[in-house]
Amino acid sequence: MAESIASLNNLLVLCLAFVSGFIIMSIELLGGRILAPYFGSSIFVWGSIITVFMLSLSLGYLFGGKLSLRNPSLKLHGSFFVLAAFLLIPLILFGNQIMEALFLVIEDPRYGSLIVSMLLFFLPTAVLGMIAPYSVRLLVIDSHRSGHVAGTLYFVSTMGSALGTLATSFYLVLWFEVNQILITMGLILLLSGILAIFSHKTFHANKAALDIS
Amino acid sequence: MYFAAKDTAKSPMKFWLTSVFLFLLANIIILQDSHAQRGIREIHQERSLYRNIIVTEDSSRRCLRFTITRRTGQNQSCRFLENPQALVFPYAKMTLSSLLVQDAPQRILIIGLGGGTLPEVYHTLFPEAEIIISEIDEAVLNVAEDFFDFEQTDKIKVDIGDGRVYVKRAALRNESFDLVIIDAFNGEYIPEHLMTEEFLEEIKQLLPEDGMLVSNTFSTSRLYDAESQTYHNVFGEIINLRMNNTGNRIIIASQQSLPDLNTLNRRAANWRSRLEVFNMDVTDYPRFMSKEVDWNTEERPLTDQYSPANLLNN
Repeated sequence: MAESIASLNNLLVLCLAFVSGFIIMSIELLGGRILAPYFGSSIFVWGSIITVFMLSLSLGYLFGGKLSLRNPSLKLHGSFFVLAAFLLIPLILFGNQIMEALFLVIEDPRYGSLIVSMLLFFLPTAVLGMIAPYSVRLLVIDSHRSGHVAGTLYFVSTMGSALGTLATSFYLVLWFEVNQILITMGLILLLSGILAIFSHKTFHANKAALDIS
Repeated sequence: MYFAAKDTAKSPMKFWLTSVFLFLLANIIILQDSHAQRGIREIHQERSLYRNIIVTEDSSRRCLRFTITRRTGQNQSCRFLENPQALVFPYAKMTLSSLLVQDAPQRILIIGLGGGTLPEVYHTLFPEAEIIISEIDEAVLNVAEDFFDFEQTDKIKVDIGDGRVYVKRAALRNESFDLVIIDAFNGEYIPEHLMTEEFLEEIKQLLPEDGMLVSNTFSTSRLYDAESQTYHNVFGEIINLRMNNTGNRIIIASQQSLPDLNTLNRRAANWRSRLEVFNMDVTDYPRFMSKEVDWNTEERPLTDQYSPANLLNN
């Protein structure tokens, strides 16, 4: 019983890794669209966006790995998703105001787009970056299999990223407005987070019941 | 021959690789030949941050093209070697015929330089007018200067940067342009952020009461309806200029009410002799200028939030 619940949880962690991979790249791709009205589609606009995503992901990995040292739990894992969802709100609600303010202050479109990318994308992406190393910790039971676990996890989350890029650039922008896509991504993150937190609770309730019997 | 047979017997892989190589080589030679037959020589190639730019020349004309491969690239701009003033492309003549709607511009903004044809023409017609060109790609400017005799003067200035950003900054500086021409192509179509309602609103801020926007677009695409509806939403009535022998469509939009056919014909008669030097008879154009709503008005207009222009175009 406990084992099947544990393997269900592992499946959940993998699914969540897929979701976060998908959403990271979907947002990155929309980033170019979001910045274009203010900073154009020059090559340095993409340069800024990619720089900021790489930077925030790298710091997210570092911090997520650190957090995994203490009492790793699905509950905290789920709260990363919830936090990331809330961090998308400024981008959706105040994106234009933020870009307009910076457009007025900074004449050079290179640094304008870099700083705007920092303000809009750094926090949500960094939090999404924390998910990958934390997932490894949740999945690894013995160090012997850690490479295999990490490999599977990277496979799943990077596959999510590939599909997120493809789906967004081929279809989502054709069917929906940028903000509709962002709001949907936010809701998916929120639901994923709640699901993880809820699973944590049932897992512990079941475990307690099994321990008593 | 003997050695070849021996080789293939030993290594089928090598045989296949050789075959593929020979096949590709033959193709390249055939391709070169077809170019050579038409007498097209490539006289310059320049790789920029955005694209490859190729300058070609045959016995009569020199062209600039943005290209992916030799065959798929479109000519962006051409000029006759004998008579550089004569316009080669219908779209340039169609753009020029917008003078029948609104003439005597004092300040002109052109988004997209190409070979520099339009700035030269407008400068010839209105030597006192100030012409500003917004061009994203510095390599295009270099090629225009080196191969198409384009020259920056105190009347003709080029700003290297994105057209959208230029328009936004110009509006902040309260600048105004009597004539704005959108002639921006990235080799495929117009960049998506230069097709939205918001962008047209920004251009509108630059136009004085008698200002005019002229856009070079294509008439043959799924985008036709969306594009037309977008212009219609921002400017109300627009003039569509479509002609039989070309896939180009010029959209003319103005803050003022647009002239009727009689007025256009009368003006064309007056302009005719001045425009002859550009290899066009402007009296041919008014009958192709239509204010009719010939698109599906239910089509979703393009906005910054929704602009899958290049996907719709396919």
